Amino acid sequence: MLTALGGDQIARMSAVHVRRKNLHAIVCIKSVPDTTEVRFNPETNTLMRDEVESIINPFDTYAIEEALRLKEAHGGKVTVLTMGPPKAEKELREAVAMGCDEAIFLSAREFAGSDTWATAYTLAQAIRRIGAYDIIFCGKQAMDGDTGQVGPGVANQLEIPQLTYVFKVREIDLEGRSIQVERLLEEGREVVETRLPALLTVVKDINQPRYPTFRGIRTARRLEIPVWGAAEIEAAPQYLGLDGSPTQVIRVFTPPKREGRVEMIDGDSVDAMADALADRLLGDKVV
Amino acid sequence: MPLLIIDEQACIGCGACVDVCPFAALEMIDDIAVVNDNCTACSACLEVCPVDALSLPERQAEAPGAVDSYRGVWVWVEQFNGQASSISWEMMGQGRLLANQLGVSLTACVLGENAHPLAEEAIAYGADRVFLAEDPTLRVYRTEPYSKILYALVREHRPEIFLLGASSRGRDLAGSVATDLYTGLTADCTGLEIDPETRLLRQTRPAYGGNIMATILTPHHRPQMATVRHRVFEVPARDPARQGQIVPVSVSLSENDIVTRVVDFIVEEEEVNLADARIIVAGGRGVSGSEGFEPLRELAHVLNGAVGASRAAVDAGWIPYAHQVGQTGRTVRPDLYIACGISGAIQHRAGMSTARVIVAINKDPEAPIFDVATYGIVGDLFQVVPALTAQFRRKLRT
Ligand SMILES: Cc1cc2nc3c(=O)[nH]c(=O)nc-3n(C[C@H](O)[C@H](O)[C@H](O)COP(=O)(O)OP(=O)(O)OC[C@H]3O[C@@H](n4cnc5c(N)ncnc54)[C@H](O)[C@@H]3O)c2cc1C
Ligand SMILES: Nc1ncnc2c1ncn2[C@@H]1O[C@H](COP(=O)(O)O)[C@@H](O)[C@H]1O
Repeated sequence: MLTALGGDQIARMSAVHVRRKNLHAIVCIKSVPDTTEVRFNPETNTLMRDEVESIINPFDTYAIEEALRLKEAHGGKVTVLTMGPPKAEKELREAVAMGCDEAIFLSAREFAGSDTWATAYTLAQAIRRIGAYDIIFCGKQAMDGDTGQVGPGVANQLEIPQLTYVFKVREIDLEGRSIQVERLLEEGREVVETRLPALLTVVKDINQPRYPTFRGIRTARRLEIPVWGAAEIEAAPQYLGLDGSPTQVIRVFTPPKREGRVEMIDGDSVDAMADALADRLLGDKVV
Repeated sequence: MPLLIIDEQACIGCGACVDVCPFAALEMIDDIAVVNDNCTACSACLEVCPVDALSLPERQAEAPGAVDSYRGVWVWVEQFNGQASSISWEMMGQGRLLANQLGVSLTACVLGENAHPLAEEAIAYGADRVFLAEDPTLRVYRTEPYSKILYALVREHRPEIFLLGASSRGRDLAGSVATDLYTGLTADCTGLEIDPETRLLRQTRPAYGGNIMATILTPHHRPQMATVRHRVFEVPARDPARQGQIVPVSVSLSENDIVTRVVDFIVEEEEVNLADARIIVAGGRGVSGSEGFEPLRELAHVLNGAVGASRAAVDAGWIPYAHQVGQTGRTVRPDLYIACGISGAIQHRAGMSTARVIVAINKDPEAPIFDVATYGIVGDLFQVVPALTAQFRRKLRT
């Protein structure tokens, strides 16, 4: 894989070697259908037509950005990891184009049909194989499944602390092995600290993700990305894919439509309209 | 690597499966169905195939007998500063119905420091039994001690169903506990029913930003775990006379064993808890600036509601992210949602379309927000909103 690195990158790597402790961050990303392209067709009950572009799960771009910022502050490297069908390799290359250093692609028939439990198991096995790390980043949730369960699942499999809904990394001490963050909860922001290595899931407000650079795109195009299957991650087959998934989808359907059509409130004046609307809302007992 | 198995001999090329596939994973090539990588093994196509040419691989069943020894419905009671979150009581109501249907008891799990009052409350809201774990280490929610205690309780008492709220803490905790237990966890459910024949919990939830619904089972693992979305189920009537059993749980945790510490809690200057709000007045790009939110704040104030926003308004920096409603913000379910100057993009609707009553105020009569609205006014929000505020001031005073 060294051959894929440009000269300036090798220089950058040796420069960071003089530091005492380098960061190794792993980012888990998911390839999801581009929701701006998803048009729902209620007549046929279908979500997508033809070739819908896949993108990096938008929440995961914040995870990538945060990892890159930590790398820039502390030196070290970022490894990006995904499990998905062959076409998901595109998203790994995009993450490399943004600045990730290495990529691992989990793609094999055995992984198909994984629910969040089996996904977390598979990712955790891969992370064990990758080796030492300081921090794992995930998005808050994936745009398609919307569960937010994979992050906690991976942390639990690896028996490391989890910090979910992270809004800000306040401090990270690679020598002292600790991290302090702010988490975005319903009532406000919780400031919490824990030990490293830890797994963080991040919310949108944590940063503004960068765009890929031309040099990054070139690096990404040349980078050799290892593809791992069940054997490479020494996974127990009974925990993989459909067989390893405790949940089973039995039905998919269109959500029931809102009843009735909109009632437009007209009137001679704004006050008359406001009056009529206020009466309707009082009548509906929602105010 | 699609999982769908297509019997090419049996396929008659009718195309029925192509039409129902939500993911465009099927196409007809030479009059035979062919599946591509978009397949999510969702099974939508199986039932429409007239000749049973489609199937998914048989799953290995778990060792027989294991699931039958699990009985009872459990609910985790979430608390913050000693106050229970309303989602907990909503789940208690639904949990009661499920337990009655199954002919089993309903158990609440209450964890905290001085949480005895919450245990009493849980009984008043329908619990037959409460596991009460009280300890200084449990004062503030933290994944590690909470997850350890619940894991041990489940292992010992074997419930068949375990419900947690789909709040930040609930999702954090459920994901951890279910992984340890190696059981199924269905996120963000909006429907929970018992299948009378199999006793299985049918868990229905929105996916793809609310564009599709999926019904999910956990057939061979126990407990069947789910997180439940806010404000879907009614809070049951509170009956202070109800009797129930409070079972203290001994906690053998020392602060030194816990690696995570909560150092501080910061409440935003403009406090906003959209999840609990019964009324939300939301503004979009149409409010044209941070000052544009002022009339909305006044209306929200008069109605005792909260202020929400579209992503466009948040991205413009007019209001903090905590106010954002939608796919990348909060999912809300208030009784009343007043959308002012919001076009109603699909990603916004994903977060608010299940509000009971929706009012749309927009200059553009073609704005898609009117498609989901109960009432609509075509007009300038800077005139309509203050007029509405004035009307409510007048009408609510009496
Ligand atoms: C991956 C992804 C995730 C997203 N997540 C979210 C999300 O969580 N939440 C979200 O909201 N969006 C989200 N979006 C963005 C979404 O697609 C829309 O861009 C956004 O919702 C538009 O916000 P808006 O309605 O305020 O603005 P616009 O679409 O610009 O609409 C403004 C509306 O205001 C009306 N208007 C203007 N002036 C006035 C006036 N004086 N009086 C009355 N009406 C007026 C206009 O007619 C128009 O209809 C997401 C997009 C993507 C790609
Ligand atoms: N197949 C996958 N490969 C890599 N990471 C994933 C995968 N699925 C989920 N994740 C990670 O877990 C997060 C939460 O996903 P989910 O639990 O599916 O909502 C995502 O934002 C990703 O960081």
